[in-house]
Amino acid sequence: MDLLDLGIPQLADLYARGEVSPVEVTQAYLDAAETANPELNAFITLTPDLALKQARAAADRIAAGEQTLLTGVPLAIKDVICIQGAPTTCGSRILAGFKPPFDATVITRLRQAGAVFLGKTNMDEFAMGSSTEHSAYGPTHNPWALDRVPGGSSGGSAAACAARLCVGALGSDTGGSIRQPAGHCGVVGLKPTYGRVSRYGLVAFASSLDQIGPLARSVTDCAILLGGIAGYDASDSTSAPAPTADYTACLSQGLKGLTIGLPKEYFIEGLDPDVETAVRRAIQAMEAEGAEVREVSLPHTEYAVAAYYIIAPAEASSNLARYDGVKYGFRIEKSADLRDMYLSTRSTGFGPEVIRRIMIGTYVLSAGYYDAYYRKATQVRALIRQDFDQAFAQCDLLACPVAPTPAFKIGEMVDDPLTMYLSDVFTLAVNLAGIPGISVPCGLSQDGLPIGLQLLGNHFQEETLLRAAHGYERISGFPGLRPPAEAL
Amino acid sequence: MKIDRAEVEHVAALARLRLTEAEVDKMTGQLNSILTYMEKLNELDTAGIEPMAHALNVFNAFREDTPRPSLKPETALDNAPDRDRTFFQVPRVI
Repeated sequence: MDLLDLGIPQLADLYARGEVSPVEVTQAYLDAAETANPELNAFITLTPDLALKQARAAADRIAAGEQTLLTGVPLAIKDVICIQGAPTTCGSRILAGFKPPFDATVITRLRQAGAVFLGKTNMDEFAMGSSTEHSAYGPTHNPWALDRVPGGSSGGSAAACAARLCVGALGSDTGGSIRQPAGHCGVVGLKPTYGRVSRYGLVAFASSLDQIGPLARSVTDCAILLGGIAGYDASDSTSAPAPTADYTACLSQGLKGLTIGLPKEYFIEGLDPDVETAVRRAIQAMEAEGAEVREVSLPHTEYAVAAYYIIAPAEASSNLARYDGVKYGFRIEKSADLRDMYLSTRSTGFGPEVIRRIMIGTYVLSAGYYDAYYRKATQVRALIRQDFDQAFAQCDLLACPVAPTPAFKIGEMVDDPLTMYLSDVFTLAVNLAGIPGISVPCGLSQDGLPIGLQLLGNHFQEETLLRAAHGYERISGFPGLRPPAEAL
Repeated sequence: MKIDRAEVEHVAALARLRLTEAEVDKMTGQLNSILTYMEKLNELDTAGIEPMAHALNVFNAFREDTPRPSLKPETALDNAPDRDRTFFQVPRVI
């Protein structure tokens, strides 16, 4: 038995029967992470002392008969989520040395359940990117092919799950940053409904779009992790008072009785043939299991990239004004005056993609351009949401690709921001509308790279999504896809 | 041209960013192609459509105005690059 192959229910069962201990499993993951990280660069920081302390506490808790499903489960946390006292960089030089004085609410909840934190995972700086190349701490490599990106921005979390360096991970998704790297690394990634999971302690990128969610090697593990973090939180004023559920209870209900919509605008020219084949095959398999499939239309899809790349940078330019070298992080010393210090600190502390987005955001919000760009984009956002409302009047969920191609090569797009933005075409609209989405592995390309199937649900319909994803996973032939050993 | 060098420099100043000459050139080119792409939105007639700032219908979340524990000054200053007693220390302002 390889400890690193076990999912959360199997681990919990072995813990309960005393066959393995959380300390043993945590040590096995720490060893694996220390061995693989020089090559993958999935973690920015490993926290072995914290992890082993939590593992010992989990062992005591299990002995005392107070075990939860997450007790003693080793997790990786994207480095944009605050763990008190652990370095939190957001992949940026400007937060070098920053140690949060508080826990994010998701961390508080996972601590209460007895989970173990192995470390903080690599990401595009401030979650701005689709490749994890825009990290001040170097790119993360895809465990399936080391010369390729793992996707982004939660590329470290996805790579760590795929390479079995953690049981599961937390990521954040502002425009696809959980679903797209999950797809590129062959793992499951869930972006919950906006408001489902508290954002308190998630370092803000675009506040009306950001959402924390789980990545793992199975739908079941994602469902358990969602249950561990979901729910209303008074510390986040946009957190939704909607009731949560036992997200594992719905999993066995199967695909029969579900209507799946295929948005015709998501099956377009430019879609990689391997991706299209794999996704269409997945949809046929779901139909054969009893799901009803029908074509639907999301007519404003082609405007999502333009609207998103106005709204997200606008919010980012405002959120990132706080990095001024005064309160935390990095500062350029020996400045002539305060303004000079701001200019030097921000220009040196931020990387090129963050600077580009602050520039776009500042421009579209500036006097004379606000109506033409920002206001226009928020109106188009309303039309995009309306598209989804109309689609969900005809079906329970939507099925489509996560990304137009499998993972691209490191460095291939780094100097071509617009092309990189356009690669987010299938994930952005979900954040603009605030609905939940999940990426499930649905095959490999001819080059042996993972392909993700994306399922989308209506607001707060995570149970329908997880049920369908689990129904597909069972018949897909790809549960627990594992990267070829020679790549590692 | 959607945006010229002078405007790029103005926006950088608003955002408290200092760009080198070469960076201004590169940024002007990249912002032009990005902003030209954004023109696509003008294909849509959005007259009368209520702008959507948020994914859900969120309203002000009020709570009782009662004091609650918060960070101690000492803790809040722990991450400061420079400090003087219980103050953040900054270079001279003017």
